[in-house]
Order: sequence, then structure tokens, then C-alpha cells
Amino acid sequence: MSAEKNSQQSAIELTQHDMTDGNIGLHYEENLLWEKERADHPGVDLPEPQNLALRTGGKPRGDIGLPQVSEPQALRHFVRMSTWNYSIDHGFFPLGSCTMKHNPRLNEKLARLPGFAHIHPMQDESTVQGALAVMHDLQHWLAELTNLPGVCLSPAAGAHGELAGMMTIRRAHEQKGENKKRRIVLTPDSAHGTNPATATTCGYEVRNMPTKENGMLTVAAFKEALYKTDPDGADIAAMMVTNPNTCGLFEKDMVEIADLLHEAGAYFYCDGANFNALVGKVRPGDFGVDVMHINLHKTFSTPHGGGGPGSGPICCTEELAKYMPVPTVIKQGDVYKLETEGDRPETLGRLKGYHGQFGMHVRALSYMLSHGADGLQRVSEDAVLNANYILASLKDDYHAPFAHQGPCMHEALLTDKIQKENGVTTLDIAKALVEHGFHPMTVYFPIHIAGTMLIEPTETESKDSIDRFITVMKDIANGAKAGKADEFHSYPQSTPRKRLDEVKAARQPVLRWR
Amino acid sequence: MAEMKYTKDHECVYVDGDVVWVGITDYAREALGDLVYVELPEIGKSLTKGDDFAVVESVKTAAEVYSPVDGDVIEANDNMPDDLELITKPLNDGGWIAKIKMSDTAQLDDLMDESAYKEYVENLD
Repeated sequence: MSAEKNSQQSAIELTQHDMTDGNIGLHYEENLLWEKERADHPGVDLPEPQNLALRTGGKPRGDIGLPQVSEPQALRHFVRMSTWNYSIDHGFFPLGSCTMKHNPRLNEKLARLPGFAHIHPMQDESTVQGALAVMHDLQHWLAELTNLPGVCLSPAAGAHGELAGMMTIRRAHEQKGENKKRRIVLTPDSAHGTNPATATTCGYEVRNMPTKENGMLTVAAFKEALYKTDPDGADIAAMMVTNPNTCGLFEKDMVEIADLLHEAGAYFYCDGANFNALVGKVRPGDFGVDVMHINLHKTFSTPHGGGGPGSGPICCTEELAKYMPVPTVIKQGDVYKLETEGDRPETLGRLKGYHGQFGMHVRALSYMLSHGADGLQRVSEDAVLNANYILASLKDDYHAPFAHQGPCMHEALLTDKIQKENGVTTLDIAKALVEHGFHPMTVYFPIHIAGTMLIEPTETESKDSIDRFITVMKDIANGAKAGKADEFHSYPQSTPRKRLDEVKAARQPVLRWR
Repeated sequence: MAEMKYTKDHECVYVDGDVVWVGITDYAREALGDLVYVELPEIGKSLTKGDDFAVVESVKTAAEVYSPVDGDVIEANDNMPDDLELITKPLNDGGWIAKIKMSDTAQLDDLMDESAYKEYVENLD
């Protein structure tokens, strides 16, 4: 029997039996707990309870269909599945606009120090002075890196930081009595989807600004949006811009745009998701930003994507600092103290229980201190260099809409324009990457350009791993050119689940077992 | 032959007196891929030209549908959410998303006719 036939047969056997060790080969497949051969055998026998009221809506526990397996069975089930999670610790993760980079283990070691790991947020401040000092130092580093002196660490994720930032702006307009007339928030068409969503959540109307052929926001497009319904822009509350933008380009006209925006009495919110390209090189406060969030779980290497939790502090100007959420950490003499509503009555209030994701604060500060100011500069330099290496290597194989304009920032943007002529789309290219053992890049984002692929290698990838990725991407482009569209449409072939029908899954979702 | 008009944002418009039936063009459909969801406007909603009034969503992305004219929504295609393939039909054969009663029919002159739209699409990218 050939090896192939053998493995086919064993796959059939395996689907008929419980997928556990002792079968042939290592197989990535796992039945649901309910489908285990003996899912009615709990690992623990307890006597039937006497005179106890059922808390399962009157139904005996056995009747509601919960699987009953032993502890090792349940443990292995979940541990096996956990090993299928593709992560940055497994391999290259080229997700653009997301900065999935290596999380140094030193951060973990420091976050596990008992003095950090075993404290409780309700402890008296006098007993956690060291922890408050960490938060205070982190606030200082973020203020220095952004040139925005007000820092609030409590938001628990990037989108939460956006919400905190936009609520800070709304609070400022409320305090100035202008909130009723300022109802519009400007965003470019290249914005992260969270930007218009945040503005809408804060009760604002979103006005789109088109970016030009060069992928950037122009002063002309900005002015048109600013003065569209009021000659002085007096109905504009804020502008939300990501810089570098989602095309991987540095927005060059920000100072002029920010000046006009401020003249109209509105504020500049910067989405800090792409700060990895700027850290140590450009301070957003210098190009007119009033408030921005920082994704500690992106730029400052704290765990992210299922491993979380995220952490999205905001940094703002002196003017806005009084309105931002509480608590923040202040230092009075030699004593660190949490500043709360009583200390800062103009604050918009509290957006999160306790003080934010303290474990992430420790990790981010560890990252900053271990790199130092010069090391953080190298981080952004190498991130940008790696992205440009990919762009330069692939720009003849794939359509790169902005490559002729010069270098990109930390993300390289390609599209499927060339491959589409041979029937191979961005989705097919992504699936081909899976077939070749790579996690795909971000696909179909940004949305205002057709068939986009956004690649972010980050600074922590070696040249060898980037070269392997480039080689595979070139092979894929050659395969498409050679007219292998049918093969592409069947990718991935060597995974336990083949190409899924995403349209059917969305149109007719099966949301329950059986 | 019924008059068809087109926008730069790839809406197509079927003109029926002072009412326009609005849908999306083949170009838009192909760019989006198969639809998985359509969000319809409320009846009576008052629109200014350029306002978004519906959302079409595919597995790739969600896109807004913009009003080609000023006017009020008088009807929405309630069959479409349950039968998304309708979007592939001609506007006057089930492919419409909403009907808008125009407040200024002169605005139709700003829209492209079929040959102008064809030329516009060919020059994209």
C-alpha cells in the first residue's frame, strides 16, 4: 500500500474513531466533546444529591446534553486545539495594520515578579507605590514619545482608547458649550473601520474625505470637507486620521491640515495603530495631534491576538488633559497617587474598572527600558526597512500602487491587479500562502483600493524568514502567470479543512451543534 | 427603452417618472463578490444627493450605497435580504434596492448615461 493510500485510509479510520493518541501519525483533527466515543462517562462519580433544588431550570443535569468526560479527556481536547492556534510564536505573521511582533520574554519575566503579579487593585496606595511608579514612568515615556503631556493608561484596547480619545474631545466641546453645533467628524476613506464607528458611537455624523491617486489626504480634499456645510467649519467636532495611513504612507500635509482644523475650533484625533513606524522618529504632537491612542499590544510588544489583553492608553495635549478619563497616576513629592474624579472635576469620568491592564503596563515599560530611546528608534527604522525590502523585492511581481512614489512606511501594499488577469485573486493568493505554510497578510484592506494585500513584516523578523516569504510570494506570482488558476482555486489542499465556502457560511450560518 | 443612469460610485438608476429605482452596477457587484447581507433604508427617509442609504456586504467588505439624487425613500426591496441573488437581476426585474422619489428631476442630468459610464469604468485602475 502506498504511503498516500495508507494515510487516506487512516484518515477515514480516524474520523470514525476518537482522535486521540495511539492512532496512526499526528493528525490535526478533533471531534467535539459531545462526539467522543463515550461522552456519557464523567470522570468523577458523586452520590446523587439529596433534597437539593435543581438550578438548571427544572431539568436534570443529564437531560440538557452536556458532554460528560473525564478530566484528562477534557484537558487533552482543549490542549490539542490550543496547539493549532497559529501565532507569532509559531512563525512569520505578516499582518498589516496590526503589528504582530515578537513579545520579548524579558517582559514576561518582569510581569511575573510577585510584587507586580500578586497585588490587588483595591490595595491601599501606600502598599503599591512601586506599581504606581511603573505606571507613572510609562505615562512619562508615552508623553515623551508623542509630545503629548496628558496620558491616561486605563483604556483596555485600541478601540477603547479611540472611544476614550473621542469622548475626551466631546467633553471639551461640551465644556465650551459647542457640542450642540459641532456634530461632524471627518475621516479619510483610507481610515481604519473603527474610526467612523467610534465617531458614530460618540453620537457624531461621519463625513468622508477622499484620498487622491497618491493614497494621501490632500489639503484641498480636507478643505472641501471642512467647509462643506459651514464657511468657517464651525460644525466640525474633530478629524480622525491614521498616520502612517492604511496604505503604508506617511501623511505629509498634516501640519497644514491641523492648523486649518484648529483654526475652525475642531480637534485632531490620531489613530495610533501604526505608531510602530514612527516611534522615536516623529512625535505626533509635533504635527498637530490633540489626542491619540497607543496600542501597547502592537508598538510596545505586549501580547495580543487571543493572548491579550490589549491595552490602549491615550495621550493628549495639556488643554485636553483635564477632560480625559480617570484615574491617572500623579506624583506628589515622593509619593505616587491615583488622581480620581475628586482631584480632577472636569474629567469625563471613568471608562474602566480599576486602573487599566496593569500587567501590560509592566511589559510595555520593560520593552521601553530594555530598548532605551536609541533602541526604540532602531525599532521603527528596522520595521520600515523590512517593509521596504519586501516592497522592492515584490513590486515587479505584483501591482504596487504607490511604489513609484518612493519608500513605504512599516507596511507594504500590493494588489492582485496583475494576477486577476489570469483568474487569480487576492483571496486565492492568501489561500496559496496557507498552502505554503505562511499565515496570510491582511487582505482586502484598505477597502478603497481593489484587491489589496497589506504586508507588515515588523522589525523582529530575520532576513532569512523574510526571504522565505518573498520566495513563496514570487512562486505564487509565477504560478498565477503560468495559468494555474484552477489549482489556486483549490487551495489550501493540505489542511484538514480545505477551501471553505465563505459566502454560504455567511448566508446560512450554522450556529449550533446539530 | 427605459432610461438608465449611472454614478461614479457605481450606483445604477432606473428612471420611472419622478421616481428612481436604485441598485448597484455589475462592476460594483464584481468588485464586492457575492453578497452576504443587505441593509435597507427606512421608508420615508429623506435623502440629500450623496447620502448613504443602504449597505451591501460581501465576505470581503461592506460598502455603502449613496443616493444619486435628493428625495425621499418610498419603497425598499424587502425581498432582497432573503434572496441576495436578486442583486444580479436588472433593476426593473428585482435588482433594485430602493425607490426614491426625486425632489429635483434636473439632478438626473448630472448622472452618466450607459456609454459614459462604460468609458468611465474602462479608465479606472
